[in-house]
Amino acid sequence: MLIVAVISGFGLAFLAPTICRFAKQKSGWWLAILPVFLTLYFLTLLPGLASGQIPALSYEWSKELGLTFAFRADGLSLAFALLVSGIGALVAIYASGYFGNKAPIGRFYLWLFFFMASMLGVVFSDNLILLFVFWELTSLSSFMLIGFEQEREEARAAAIQALLVTGSGGLVMLAGFVLLGQIGGTLELSALLLKGESVSTHPLYLAVLILILIGAFTKSAQVPFHFWLPNAMQAPTPVSTYLHAATMVKAGVYLLARLSLVLGGSSFWFWAVGGIGALTMILGGYLAFSQTDLKRYLAYSTISALGSLVMAIGIGSETALKAMVLFLLAHGLYKGTLFLVTGAIDHECKTRDVRELGGLWRSMPYNAAGSTLAALSMAGVPLFFGFVAKEYLYEAAYKVGAFWISLAIIGALLNVFIAFRVGIEPFWLPSQIEVKPSKHVHEAPWSMRIGPLILGGLSLLLGLFPQILGRSIVSSALTAALGRPVEVKLAAWHGVNDIFLLSLLTLGLGVGLFAVRQDLQRIAEKVSLRWGLDGLYKRSLDFLFTLAGFQTRTLQHGYLRYYLITIIVAVVAITAGGLWRWGGGTLPYLSWDIYFYELGIAVIIVLSAFMATLSRSRLGAVAALGVAGYGVASIYLLFGAPDLAMTQFLIESLTVVLFVLAFYHLPNFAQLTPKRERLRDVFIALITGGLMTIFVFVASGIQIHPTISPFFVENSLPLAHGRNIVNVILVDFRGLDTLGEITVLAIAGLGVFALLKLRLDLRTAKGKKSAEEIAKGGDQ
Amino acid sequence: MEMVLPFVIGSLYAMAIYMLLRRSLVKLLIGLGLLSHASNLLIFTASGLTRFKAPVIPMTAEQLQSPHADPLPQALILTAIVISFGVTAFALALAYRAYRSVNTDDLDQMKSTDA
Repeated sequence: MLIVAVISGFGLAFLAPTICRFAKQKSGWWLAILPVFLTLYFLTLLPGLASGQIPALSYEWSKELGLTFAFRADGLSLAFALLVSGIGALVAIYASGYFGNKAPIGRFYLWLFFFMASMLGVVFSDNLILLFVFWELTSLSSFMLIGFEQEREEARAAAIQALLVTGSGGLVMLAGFVLLGQIGGTLELSALLLKGESVSTHPLYLAVLILILIGAFTKSAQVPFHFWLPNAMQAPTPVSTYLHAATMVKAGVYLLARLSLVLGGSSFWFWAVGGIGALTMILGGYLAFSQTDLKRYLAYSTISALGSLVMAIGIGSETALKAMVLFLLAHGLYKGTLFLVTGAIDHECKTRDVRELGGLWRSMPYNAAGSTLAALSMAGVPLFFGFVAKEYLYEAAYKVGAFWISLAIIGALLNVFIAFRVGIEPFWLPSQIEVKPSKHVHEAPWSMRIGPLILGGLSLLLGLFPQILGRSIVSSALTAALGRPVEVKLAAWHGVNDIFLLSLLTLGLGVGLFAVRQDLQRIAEKVSLRWGLDGLYKRSLDFLFTLAGFQTRTLQHGYLRYYLITIIVAVVAITAGGLWRWGGGTLPYLSWDIYFYELGIAVIIVLSAFMATLSRSRLGAVAALGVAGYGVASIYLLFGAPDLAMTQFLIESLTVVLFVLAFYHLPNFAQLTPKRERLRDVFIALITGGLMTIFVFVASGIQIHPTISPFFVENSLPLAHGRNIVNVILVDFRGLDTLGEITVLAIAGLGVFALLKLRLDLRTAKGKKSAEEIAKGGDQ
Repeated sequence: MEMVLPFVIGSLYAMAIYMLLRRSLVKLLIGLGLLSHASNLLIFTASGLTRFKAPVIPMTAEQLQSPHADPLPQALILTAIVISFGVTAFALALAYRAYRSVNTDDLDQMKSTDA
């Protein structure tokens, strides 16, 4: 059943375009059936987890490599899976209202469900390599979805950036996985988690940790890799909601939580994960200040929220992980709502500039309700879910020290500000800039109300009754993350204590900041808040293109003779190197036994080849080439190869005839190269010739493997009944070779025929002419 | 002859390569012809030379008498000769067709004909 849950999403993805063709604008409702069903299925798994039943299954993939299709659904997996399927259902419904009939929604749903299935794969994988595969599939679908409006250049650039950052981070992570698998001796996650001790004492522990952290940090937009996430807001709002707020960016958080048992506990872990998380939390909130676009506000606050999640994992205590799980769910709910509402505002008002929006509660009451609930949860107002999560986060940081609690307070403070700016201001306050509405603003369709209402409602409901989650999902998620049974009791109200007072202080300061927002904005506009590796990314991408261009121009220049020179020089260098290492010292004994006519033939060959090279006349060159060929044939004749001699004489004659025929149609020899280049070519030619001479000397004296010639000699007559052994080899022992040779000849012949007969240019010219004639005839 | 043929082969290679590096397509074809001679002779020489004793079993005998020429390289070279003929024929036709189409046999001017 678990495998069906993962695979069915892919099935739905590929069916989606067809379903959309029939269901048209209602397709979101139909397509949401599967994610709703999956959510219910995941909920039914929860009671079993409490009693220790963890659904798991494993199929063999490649045993030698330790690869399995292993899936496992413990509490941590299910916490993420519920977010993925639950918000997935609402986003699917929302999207059909958002796009209407204006966009190719079939393609949209294809990649949306492709993503959903991949993300479920990530959280359920029990094998590191399998997890990696799904991980990269989520990057791929994110790429397709960010670039959904492919006609816009910014969307394409953002898509490529997200893919490059998260994809290359994933590759680094794969290296970490492989190392981890070798240290732990298994790629199975559930088995690895039991080996925390042996991994953390291994000399390669730090390397593994850093590699995996890079993967997690790129995916979850941690400093300094955070820059891709705001740019990814080029995606349609349903995508931003789903991938870049609620689920995909949490994959890094999931991975860290999952591996904290085996990698965590060291002081490096504490400072790297906790420190980067805290830095991201504060920087994300800080960078949001200069924004006016609702979506970019939300993007930076998402970075900040991801930072707090990572920080909680870095702290790693039971309270911190409890805070992490609660905050994960709370953030998914409120940030999902706010994104959806932003999309609805954008859809109705055609702007996302917070300064131009105001008083929308009259025209959009449902979205106003959802948005307000979510914003109050995000701000951490008591009795809301966000408050519960923040209380635990404070408590965890408080226990570590004053430094951490002050960081947590600053992070939360900034989020209070953003919550009011995004969730409250557009609805309940007048707009800063009066804009004449282009059309009468009214409430979005039901498909776009249901998501904010449900998610916003949950933000309140779960805040009032957190124990709904505490008993089931939070307990089992903590049990999975800590590796020991944990009972969690959550309460909406903890009484008045230090933490509560700090919460109130945060809220008060945040609202205070909000009250002076216009002054803050003026300051922020003066000191432009930009920090990140965006510039470095652009420069390195430009450098890559420049390098590729340079390389192509240098290596693929299009001059045949320079290609040849490259090949020849390489061959000469490698051969010379080989001969050098061989030693070359012991030349075989060679006899000076030589007849004068043999010497004569050798001289004739060399002289005629020389003539073929130097001749200014084409016929002279061809004739000289022929003489050289006859010379070679004579050598064959003298050294016991009459068959070769015969063939060579025949072929040489034919070749000369062919050359003469072809040259009749070809231009005269021309001297095209300047003298300096000719000298260079002479040099290359002499070096090569010299090397080949030495090569033949050396090769004549070497017999590395026993020759198989005696086999042919002995068996030619008894087995093949032939006395001419060369012939027997050709037509019998190696008959298939000869068949291949004949085929080559036939193909060459066909090629020659085609080249001579094909008259492409003439035919098209004629075709045009006749077409023109037909057109003329029609006129008359 | 083992002392002389390596020099013959070397010279053939040198001249073949010089011709292959010309800009004129026609000269390149001559180079191709020289190259195949050089390679065939290389195989022939490297496998050892034996005067006059062709690897043919006389009608009166059941076995070939040593010493005799090695039949295997001969079979290889025979194939090579025929294949190189096919290559030469095809290259000539291609050169003819190329010259007819672009009206030059300067390889440098042919490099941009696809643009």
